[in-house]
Amino acid sequence: MHAVLIMIAQRLALGALTLIVVSIVIFSATELLPGDLASAILGQSATPETLAALRAQLGLNDPAPVRYWAWLTGALQGDFGVSLATRRPIADMIEQRLGNTLFLALYAAALAVPLALVLGILAALWRNSIFDRVANAGALSAISFPEFFIAYILVLWLAQTGYFPSMVRLTPVTSFPDKLYMSFLPALTLTLVVTAHMMRMTRAAIINLMAQPYIEMARLKGASPLRIVLRHALPNALAPIINVIALNLAYLITGVVVVEVVFVYPGLGQLMVDSVAKRDIAVVQAIALIFASAYVLLNLTADVLSTLTNPRLMKRG
Amino acid sequence: MSLPIFLILFLIGSFALAFVFRAGLSRILPHRHAIVARDMPLTAAFGIMVIIAYVFVALMAPVLAPFAEREVVGAQFQPWGGAHPLGTDRLGRDMLSRLIYGARNTVGIAFATTVLAFVVGAILGIWAALRGGWLDQVLSRFVDALMAIPSLIFSLLLLTIFGTSVLTLILVIAAVDATRVYRISRSVAQGIVVMDYIEAARLRGEGTWYLIRREILPNALAPLVAEFGLRFCFVFLTISSLSFLGLGIKPPMADWGSMVRDNATLITFGDITPLLPAGAIALLTVAVNFVVDWQLHRASGLKE
Repeated sequence: MHAVLIMIAQRLALGALTLIVVSIVIFSATELLPGDLASAILGQSATPETLAALRAQLGLNDPAPVRYWAWLTGALQGDFGVSLATRRPIADMIEQRLGNTLFLALYAAALAVPLALVLGILAALWRNSIFDRVANAGALSAISFPEFFIAYILVLWLAQTGYFPSMVRLTPVTSFPDKLYMSFLPALTLTLVVTAHMMRMTRAAIINLMAQPYIEMARLKGASPLRIVLRHALPNALAPIINVIALNLAYLITGVVVVEVVFVYPGLGQLMVDSVAKRDIAVVQAIALIFASAYVLLNLTADVLSTLTNPRLMKRG
Repeated sequence: MSLPIFLILFLIGSFALAFVFRAGLSRILPHRHAIVARDMPLTAAFGIMVIIAYVFVALMAPVLAPFAEREVVGAQFQPWGGAHPLGTDRLGRDMLSRLIYGARNTVGIAFATTVLAFVVGAILGIWAALRGGWLDQVLSRFVDALMAIPSLIFSLLLLTIFGTSVLTLILVIAAVDATRVYRISRSVAQGIVVMDYIEAARLRGEGTWYLIRREILPNALAPLVAEFGLRFCFVFLTISSLSFLGLGIKPPMADWGSMVRDNATLITFGDITPLLPAGAIALLTVAVNFVVDWQLHRASGLKE
């Protein structure tokens, strides 16, 4: 038990360090701007006086570490500063959208994870059968498709016939079942994209184990193929499978950007794309920080969980 | 024609084509290669066939296209048929011609980006493995820090700073992907630098560049070629996605990603035209993936 706590503490410390490094990288992005933030905002209309005034207002005269510290502590308290384009507080712009994006990602995950596990286990069980080959080729194709291709096929197929809406209009008063119904197509698109990868990895992890002597033993004592896979192979394959799931949930973070634009879904991804087009670096930084933190935290969770399922990994150090 | 029927017909047709292609290939090629061609799975034959077709279209674009890339030749959103087999786009440009030129622009830019990412990433990765010590530590920790941020998010951040033009797009995506290539080539090279022949070459007094070029690269080629295929798919999809989002290759240049974006309104009227450029992207990535899958399978089979 003690060793487990030490392991978790170690991983948490490493995760915190990664987060700090990530935030430094994202912050230094503004340092790369030709000129500085003030001249980026004012553009052509800059006069020496307005520039100096804006610099003082934004605190640009402080050295970089001081500004980094102010930015980071602000972000931790939910204050990301103001947007360069609209001058509104970024926190207000993000608040509603963060919830929407989380909802979409969780929705897709709830569909994709069980589906991928079942398909992967079945493909491993019926290895080299027609099912396995079709599932594999299908998965490889789905991985290779751009998200917008899958999205528009679904729109053409399911939205044209009137079953599901092709645009998502969420308001704070939208009820939960309505939300599920309206976000079905974006969630399904994301599901198709990530299921393929998770399924292939699940299959590979289980097939890898099927060559082990203890599986041979189970087979010789007469256990059924399903029991062998579920009772003997799956528990040992959990570590790689958890890792793959986390990796794909992290992938959802980037996939969400394109899918949100296709379905006009009011989430963070769409806001980020708009802000990149407007070169609103303050908003982009804030959203990048949120996405990157989610990514780091997911990987951290996967690392801890997979170590817990396989005590041998603890010795890894 | 409904979608499932079309899909099934398409699959049967492409497999039949792949079968004929494979049979033809094993007939034409000299014996040693003919055996490889004969034994390859249909998916790989299909992949190679598609890649050859794309390269042909990209090289011959001006000959094949009925109209010029940026020329407005008719009314907006004309239906299929007549002088414009695939209709016209939002500004009245010929869809077919733009699809053909897109092969040149989109694939060409993605290819150039991948090559750049590979040259930078592979050389730095092998160099780090070869030198070891503090240089390796500094480079690797730097790459770790950059890789902790999802690549699309990082690309968006960089594009905000440097603006969106084709040149910055190539440089940004190449830089982001070079970190991934660095990781792979470093780990591949680490297995090679401990070999005796590297020691021998060092004792002969060969320089770092010679070691990378003549001793390590030839032995690291197989995994790196497979990685090149996969990396190309990633880069190609990223660039297409960015163009689709309006942040990559911009009109009037014909590009598949931005063509989907430009004509997306047609989807709501049940017109499949915007799916054609998207499908062109999908088909090429599937093809490359099929070939890479086969190569990886072959490489792992030969090792056993």
